[in-house]
Amino acid sequence: MNELSLQATPIAGALPAFHASIGPSELRATCEKARALKARLVALWGSDETARGGGYALHLALALRAGLLWLSAPLAREAPGYPSIADLYPCASRMQRAAYDLVGIHALDSADQRKWLRHGAWPEGAFPLRKDFSIASRFAQADDGYAFVKVEGEGVHEIPVGPVHAGTIEPGHFRFSIVGEKILRLEQRLGYAHKGIEKRFETMTLEEGARLAGRVSGDSTVAYAWAWAMAVEGASGIEPPPRAAALRGVLLELERIANHLGDLGYLGNDVALSFGFFQFWRLKEDLLRLNAALFGHRYLMDRIVPGGVSVDLPREAAARLLERLEHLEAEVATLKSIYDEHAGAQDRFIMTGQVTPELAERLGLTGFAGRASGMWHDLRVDYALAPYAPARPAIATHTRGDVAARVSVRFDEVAESMRLIRVFLRELPAGEIRVALPESPGGRRGVGWVEGWRGEVLIALETTQGNRIHRAHPHDPSWQNWPLLEHAVMGNIVPDFPLINKSFNLSYSGQDL
Amino acid sequence: MYQLLRQIAKTGIITEPAPQPDESLRELEQRLGEASLKRFGRSLAIRHVDAGSCNGCELEIHAANSAYYNLERLGIKFVASPRHADMLLVTGPVSRNMEEALRRTYEATPEPKLVVAIGDCGCSGGIFGESYASCGAVSNVIPVDVAVPGCPPDPAAIMRGILTAIAAPAKER
Repeated sequence: MNELSLQATPIAGALPAFHASIGPSELRATCEKARALKARLVALWGSDETARGGGYALHLALALRAGLLWLSAPLAREAPGYPSIADLYPCASRMQRAAYDLVGIHALDSADQRKWLRHGAWPEGAFPLRKDFSIASRFAQADDGYAFVKVEGEGVHEIPVGPVHAGTIEPGHFRFSIVGEKILRLEQRLGYAHKGIEKRFETMTLEEGARLAGRVSGDSTVAYAWAWAMAVEGASGIEPPPRAAALRGVLLELERIANHLGDLGYLGNDVALSFGFFQFWRLKEDLLRLNAALFGHRYLMDRIVPGGVSVDLPREAAARLLERLEHLEAEVATLKSIYDEHAGAQDRFIMTGQVTPELAERLGLTGFAGRASGMWHDLRVDYALAPYAPARPAIATHTRGDVAARVSVRFDEVAESMRLIRVFLRELPAGEIRVALPESPGGRRGVGWVEGWRGEVLIALETTQGNRIHRAHPHDPSWQNWPLLEHAVMGNIVPDFPLINKSFNLSYSGQDL
Repeated sequence: MYQLLRQIAKTGIITEPAPQPDESLRELEQRLGEASLKRFGRSLAIRHVDAGSCNGCELEIHAANSAYYNLERLGIKFVASPRHADMLLVTGPVSRNMEEALRRTYEATPEPKLVVAIGDCGCSGGIFGESYASCGAVSNVIPVDVAVPGCPPDPAAIMRGILTAIAAPAKER
């Protein structure tokens, strides 16, 4: 990590990843340097090290050109605090608040000191991810009492929405301040789906954790399962067989196609083109049924496991997949031309919910939404691991950052995913699909970093003896993108909110944990 | 426009036959009389509540509204408010942060009302179980008439659960 003049040690595994320890007093200087190098903040989390003779620790994951840098800053046992980095990396703000709610480490001088994941289920001063906090603890429910920002002025009024929404979506609360039909400000309150995932990991073995990782965000189950497997394999010193790596690529791209198809359908629906919903969901259903027939699960849950994959793809099945993809590609092309030429739909898509490249860069927009706003990062391209490197994935990009740009990137990614699957299957290596997980001594680090359909999914893992988990932090790209949605809707009309929201389709469960 | 109409004609009607009710999914004895059930049978309004799921079950509920399953042809539709609903379709282990919202949604639903819990988590808490953050099964928070296991249950299973909830109890049939 010469870029940051740090003493970093490589983290074992498939990824170019490094770990470095720094003192809390060096944190800001390091982050300033990283920001100047255009390094992205991927994740921020805390851990309790009291059982290992320390105090607490703050962890950051930064994306540098050379790979992923995992920084740890040990913090004191009494009043653990560190200087806030939210002014350097605005997306850190909610992560810092969550790290306080869960571990009790305090971001000093942070502008926003409100709680984030904690509502009324556990009291201030109790920290679920501390080792002396029992997972079975029960506290009486208290009022959330969350201090929303009040927007005042003539004609301003509020629309509170959720946590139970009008549509079939995950729980969250949106507070709109509006004038007439125009949105002045949106404030999000999330955390409703917090179900103790990180604490649950600590009761599990590395092998059991795979199932839970695959359920952090159900629509990205393949990405999470792969990231989990990558982290465990690194920490255990094993490598998946080449055939498993290629099949993982096939599974991840199938997940990407299915999600983009579903959202493209809903984007049609949200502009009163219900034709789009019925057509795209027909294609999505065809794909889900094919997944079930070929791999045994419609959403491909639990197909990627530490050591490889749990299901093989025989030659005839691969041929069937290729044949179905050809059919799907033609259908998507027809629908794309219908969307492109539909004046009503385009009128609603273009210049709606815009995130400019400048804003995207400043706030750290990621994933396909980032690629639609000039943030041209894609882990499949930037650090191409097996099986991506030889397939030379093409990055889908746009700069306008509106709903239309996100639609365009999604269409391009569907086409590219189909091409990638063809390449993976054409060059599918023979041999084993899984290696056994050895008993490892514990005290190891592992990282998994995968470009899921929504964006980069990270698993940061620290093991303990008996193949158990000291700390596992799953990070969803929605952490980065939710705050951008607050900006994207400003000045838009309220009825365009569902459309803008769907064009991002962010995860609640993935960030609530 | 021509291309759009051509696509509709080319696709044709792809809706498949609806599944039959399955008494083994029933948790509570049928609370509704035959008269109410007859009414529900022709028009059922559902409010979905995600009480903390991973979003997997939501994907399958969406799919149940797709052309293959076409819930609406059975007179079953999703509504935007519990006040318009006859049935709550609840997913997830109930997170403690959603416990109050779920209870209030149940109270806001007019009688007679039915509750169908969806997925392994809705049935038992699933892999998330009960903890400082999770109440586990939906039935730990509100009464559940029918519970549909699966991770996630497929659209046909979800439909079967809904249809079971509005089917007359076995002895009356």
